[in-house]
Amino acid sequence: MPDLPGPGVSAALITARGLAVAFGGGPVLRDVDLEVRAGEIVTIVGPNGAGKTILLRALLGILPPARGRVTRRAGLRVGYVPQRLHIDAALPMPVRRFLSLPRRQGAAVQARVLERVGVPGIEGQPMTTLSGGQFQRVLLARALLAEPELLVMDEPTQGLDQPGTAAFYRLIAAVRAELGCGVLSVSHDLNVVMSASDRVICVNGHICCEGTPQAVLDAPEYRKLFGLGTGGALALYRHHHDHAHDHGGVAEPAALEPERVRDREVG
Amino acid sequence: MGLLDDFMVRALLAGLCVAAATGPLGCFVVWRRMAYFGDATAHAAILGVALALAFSISIFIGTLGVALAMALAIAALTGRGWAVDTTLGVLAHSALAFGLVAVSFLPNVRVDLSAFLFGDILAVSRHDLAVIAGGSALVVGLMVWRWSALLTATVSEDLAHAAGLRPARERLVLTLALAVVVAVALKVVGALLIAAMLIVPAAAARNFARSPEAMAVWAVAIGALSIWAGLRASLIWDTPAGPSIVSVAAVAFALSLSLGALMRLR
Ligand SMILES: Nc1ncnc2c1ncn2[C@@H]1O[C@H](COP(=O)(O)OP(=O)(O)OP(=O)(O)O)[C@@H](O)[C@H]1O
Ligand SMILES: [Mg+2]
Repeated sequence: MPDLPGPGVSAALITARGLAVAFGGGPVLRDVDLEVRAGEIVTIVGPNGAGKTILLRALLGILPPARGRVTRRAGLRVGYVPQRLHIDAALPMPVRRFLSLPRRQGAAVQARVLERVGVPGIEGQPMTTLSGGQFQRVLLARALLAEPELLVMDEPTQGLDQPGTAAFYRLIAAVRAELGCGVLSVSHDLNVVMSASDRVICVNGHICCEGTPQAVLDAPEYRKLFGLGTGGALALYRHHHDHAHDHGGVAEPAALEPERVRDREVG
Repeated sequence: MGLLDDFMVRALLAGLCVAAATGPLGCFVVWRRMAYFGDATAHAAILGVALALAFSISIFIGTLGVALAMALAIAALTGRGWAVDTTLGVLAHSALAFGLVAVSFLPNVRVDLSAFLFGDILAVSRHDLAVIAGGSALVVGLMVWRWSALLTATVSEDLAHAAGLRPARERLVLTLALAVVVAVALKVVGALLIAAMLIVPAAAARNFARSPEAMAVWAVAIGALSIWAGLRASLIWDTPAGPSIVSVAAVAFALSLSLGALMRLR
C-alpha cells in the first residue's frame, strides 16, 4: 500500500474491513478494505455494475454487510449525494423545503449555498420541475448544508454541463479546504478524477487496485479494465475545456486549472 | 347537561378529532403509496369486531389489536416496497371476508353489521368520544413529533439513513399510527371507508398545496369540512353518515381539481 497513514495523520472517518455485500445469491462485492480520513479526496472508479453504488450504501450503513465490518466514527456528520433520487409527484416539495430535510435551514443560508452550487434563486421551484443538472446541484447543496465531516457522492457530475463539471471539482476542492472534510465519490470522469483526487480506488466486484492517481494509471488491472485508448474521450474533453475556461456558475477561486488537468492527462 | 349531551355535538367533535388525525397520516399514505395498506388494515377491523364480541372485550381494543397485527404483518411481508399491489389486494379483501364470516358465526349475538361497515357516528357516546379524542391526539402527537424524520424517510430512505435517522423506525411509527386511526375511525366512518377518509382529503389537498406542511393542513381542513357537511346531509336526508361524509370529501376533491387548475393558470 503506497499510502499508509504516517504519524500525525488524522484517524479514519470511516473504515471497511473485509466487507462483502450480497443480494440472495453470491456476493456482488467482496473483500473490501478501505478507509477515508478527514481532508482526503478519495474517488471510486469502475465499470457499470461494478458495485460502486453498493459500496457507498454499505459504507453508509444503508445495506447490511454480508461479511466484514464497517466502522463509522461516532456521530459522523455525512453529506450524501445519491446516484438517483425520485420525488413522487404526489409530494409537493419546493427546493427550500428539500434543503431543510431533515434540519431547518434559514433563508439566508439556503440562498448562499444555492448561489455557491450555481443555481441561485430557485428556492420556490418544485423539485419535480428541475432539470437534471439543476436537480443534481440542489442535491449537492443539501449535502453541503449538513456541514459534513464526510461528503459521499455517487456520480455527482451526471447531467452537469462541461463548465459546470469543471466548476464542480473546483467547488469540492474549496469545500474540502474550508470544512476539512473527507470526500468519497464515485465518478466516470476518469480524466478529471485523476487530477482531482488524492487517492483512487478501482472497483470491479472487489478492489482491483488503489493508490495515488499515478499508481492507479500505471496499474495493469486498471489498464485492463479501462484500456489505454481513452484518446477519443480525452480529445473531446480537452476540446471543450479549451473554450469553456471559467464560466461555470460557481463563485469559487479556481483551485483546479484546466491546464493542470491536461498536464495530468498527458503525463 | 353540558354541550356534550347533544348527540350532534358529540358526533361533530368525534368527526373533527378523526379528521385531525387522518389529515397528516393520509398525506403519508398518499406520498408513500400505501392506499392498499390502509385498506387492508381497515378491513381487518371487522375481524377485530368479531373477536371483541366473541370474547366480550372492548370493541376498541379488539380492532386496535387486530389492525395492529395486520399492519405489522403487512409491513413485515412487503418489507421496504409498500406498493406490492397484488399481495396487499389479496390481504385487504380476505381480511374483510374473514371478518364478515367470523361475525356470522357469533352465537346469540345480533350484530348490526352496517354500524361497523359504514360507521355509526350519531351514536357516539361520551365514552366513545373520550377514546376517539385520546387516540386522535396520540396520532397527531406522533405526526408532529416525528414529522421531519418521517418526511425525510418518505423522500428517500437512503438520505434519511445518511442523515443519521432510522427509516425502519419511522415506518413503524406510521404503522402504529395507522392501526390507531383505524380503531378510532371505525365508529365514525366504518371499516369500508376509513381508507377513503385517509386518501380523499389528502388527494384534494394536493391540488392546492405547495409544501408538505400546507398539504397536511389542507387535508385536515377538507376532512373537517367533509365531516361537518356529511353529518348535516345525513341528518337532513337520513343517509348513512360514513358514506355521506366520504361523498362530501369526494365532491371536495372534484372541486379541488378545477380550483387547482385555475390557481395554476393565474
Ligand atoms: N437491490 C439489488 N438487488 C439485487 N442486485 C442488486 C441490487 N442493487 C444492485 N444490484 C447488483 O449489484 C451490482 C452492483 O450494482 P451497483 O449499483 O453498485 O453498480 P455501480 O457500480 O454503481 O454501476 P453504475 O456505474 O452503473 O452506477 C449490479 O450487478 C447490480 O445488478
Ligand atoms: Mg452506481
